[in-house]
Amino acid sequence: MIDYTLSERDEQVLAAVREEALICRKYARYYDEHEEEFAPAELPEAKDFKNPFALLGKRDELDSSMGVMSMLVTAGQTWGDYTVRMRRGTGGLGNAALRASGTPEQQNRWGAKTLAMAITEPGCGSDSKAVQTTAVLDGEEWVLNGEKIFVTTGCRAEGVVVWATIDKAAGRAGIKSFIVMKETPGFEVTHKEKKLGIRADDTAAYVFRDCRIPRDHLLGGDESIPKEGAGGFKGVMKTFNMTRPAVAAIGLGIAQAALDFTRDSLAAEGIEVDWSAGPHARSAAQQALIEIEADIEAAMLDVLHATWLSGESKPNNLEASISKAKGGEIARTATQRCLELLGSLGISQDFLIEKWFRDCRITDIYEGTGQIQRLIIARDILGYSAAELS
Amino acid sequence: MISFGPTEEQELIQQTVHDFAQSEMRERARPCDEKRELPDEFLQKSWELGLVAGAIPEAYGGGGIGRSPVTNALVLEELAWGDVPLAAAAMTPALFVQPLLDFGTDEQKKTFLPLFAGSRFHAASLAILEPTFSFEVSNLRTLAEKKGSGFSLSGKKRLVPLASTASHLLVVARGARDGVAGLEAFIVPRDAKGMKIAAEPEKTLGFQCLPRFRVELDRVEVSADARLGGDRGIDGARLLAMLRTASAALGLGLARGVYELALPYAKERVAFSQPIAQKQAIAFMLAEMQIEVSSMRHLVWKAASLLEHGADASRAATLALTYANREVMKLADNGLQIFGGHGYIREYPVEMWYRNARALTVTESVSAL
Repeated sequence: MIDYTLSERDEQVLAAVREEALICRKYARYYDEHEEEFAPAELPEAKDFKNPFALLGKRDELDSSMGVMSMLVTAGQTWGDYTVRMRRGTGGLGNAALRASGTPEQQNRWGAKTLAMAITEPGCGSDSKAVQTTAVLDGEEWVLNGEKIFVTTGCRAEGVVVWATIDKAAGRAGIKSFIVMKETPGFEVTHKEKKLGIRADDTAAYVFRDCRIPRDHLLGGDESIPKEGAGGFKGVMKTFNMTRPAVAAIGLGIAQAALDFTRDSLAAEGIEVDWSAGPHARSAAQQALIEIEADIEAAMLDVLHATWLSGESKPNNLEASISKAKGGEIARTATQRCLELLGSLGISQDFLIEKWFRDCRITDIYEGTGQIQRLIIARDILGYSAAELS
Repeated sequence: MISFGPTEEQELIQQTVHDFAQSEMRERARPCDEKRELPDEFLQKSWELGLVAGAIPEAYGGGGIGRSPVTNALVLEELAWGDVPLAAAAMTPALFVQPLLDFGTDEQKKTFLPLFAGSRFHAASLAILEPTFSFEVSNLRTLAEKKGSGFSLSGKKRLVPLASTASHLLVVARGARDGVAGLEAFIVPRDAKGMKIAAEPEKTLGFQCLPRFRVELDRVEVSADARLGGDRGIDGARLLAMLRTASAALGLGLARGVYELALPYAKERVAFSQPIAQKQAIAFMLAEMQIEVSSMRHLVWKAASLLEHGADASRAATLALTYANREVMKLADNGLQIFGGHGYIREYPVEMWYRNARALTVTESVSAL
């Protein structure tokens, strides 16, 4: 069935998420201005609010799928603020990798810990197979050496999934993931990055100097070593099919906040869209409002489509990249256009929209830039290998 | 429940219409465009698919599968993939039938629906566009004024598809109230006194095989029961939402056609000892097309789904059409660019689709239902 309506229960969940988001918004400016601090794990107001996730539990056939709802919830949360949460969830990108590629023993052992994911290095971002961090097996231990940057949740995570190469000559096939916990000697969190936006967010830089970890900390276990081809690498790529739509949803929540603020502010001054009238009955500002709204809605539907597919156990590699390519672009351009519409008052720090403009710019960069997504999409639709289309 | 999967029945309809588009529309499109000709044989074959009559209740002799804006959107995408003006021609009677189903009184349905239940193609049409550069549907110049117990219609219409063969036109006019809320529709027989249908179809950029006519109404008198919906009139906003969603669905099909033709061509065409698809400049254009076809489809489906629920779809339909109109033109433009010089000659369909893309996306609300 093709349907876009939300059940009553779906609506209840999203209404509760919005209510919380508005509370989080009150703290947004403070943490933007105090980037050296971390937002609390739980806001003082939390005692007055029932956790909306409790409502999500039972899904019946009239309700939207868990995957679809999680995207709407994600966008609803960042509509409030990128970082501040009523109750901050545990878990990081490393947990997704652990779920996708960890052995049952590894999942039991570390599943409850918050794990960051360290891939990017000063000399390698999108070209993740160019990882320079090395892992060398020394008896029953792996010895890690290298530098990692832009590690999300990196300061507060209890451990990290690190990409390192065990054989530089093997290229992609030589890259493996290792779990390193914070207290391990030789593992140092050097600093928290200073950024354009999402300043309250925890983005760390790491150094590994002769950092020794037990052999069983290799993600997927020893059997991930002898595999031909890009075994471990593919495992991590698979997690992107889940995280890319989510990252797009994060950015689109912010873009929606910018649009809602713009629409309400202009409406208060008498500029409103008439949805029935045609183009010659519109001002340039009304036309822009319609276009921005169409862009955000299209991008959000791409996100929901990608997640819906995965819920139906259908492949969504292409759709995940479509949602990220579109979501990244629209998160960026929609907020740019909103600020343009609001003129000089829009840039005032009396309002949050200038912050949203900075915050959502990251969407088209992390978790695969817009260009990388287009490369993935192009290879997919053309049936080209990375060598044929680089 | 948010869900993106067509039903099995819808998938079957999609496949049937796609096969029809492949076998009956693709090859026909070029000669029809060149000769500005619409073969009766094509209209008849399309009629036999039951796309118009299927939605008519059995009580009026129709197929009785019911109105489904979502199925309609799926059908229009496939037909437009074949050829947009041929698709619009095949669906022109629906421009009359579907508003009748949605807004007509029982009496009106009983009188007019059986006309479309036969085995032969039956033409009827919708007259809404007007000859002004700043045409605006919320500010029509064609007026419906109360006269006695009936109405008097005056104004000029244009691009009325199949008007010369239509038994009836549904004439959209401005009634007593301003704006979209004041829209009225009247069932006017082709030979009504005071209504003049131009002898020759208009010559336009694109849509060359679809005969579309200027129509002048000079104090055309109709009785009260010619007013669609009787005393209630019509829901103008809903009519426009349907037309816009349909137009966006046609755009989607056209865009997909361009994309699906450009992709294999880019893999075959060699320049500098390599298929041009292996250059990021071209590959990224194709990626963009894939992204936009998906995005457009979701907006169309959402608007159609709201219509199907009987919900207010004005916002969703305007979003879908605004988005599709922008992206269809861009996509057809890039498609032509990928073909380079070959895109400019009339051997490949791309230049024709480029013309049709512009012609489709300027009419704002009227192509087919």
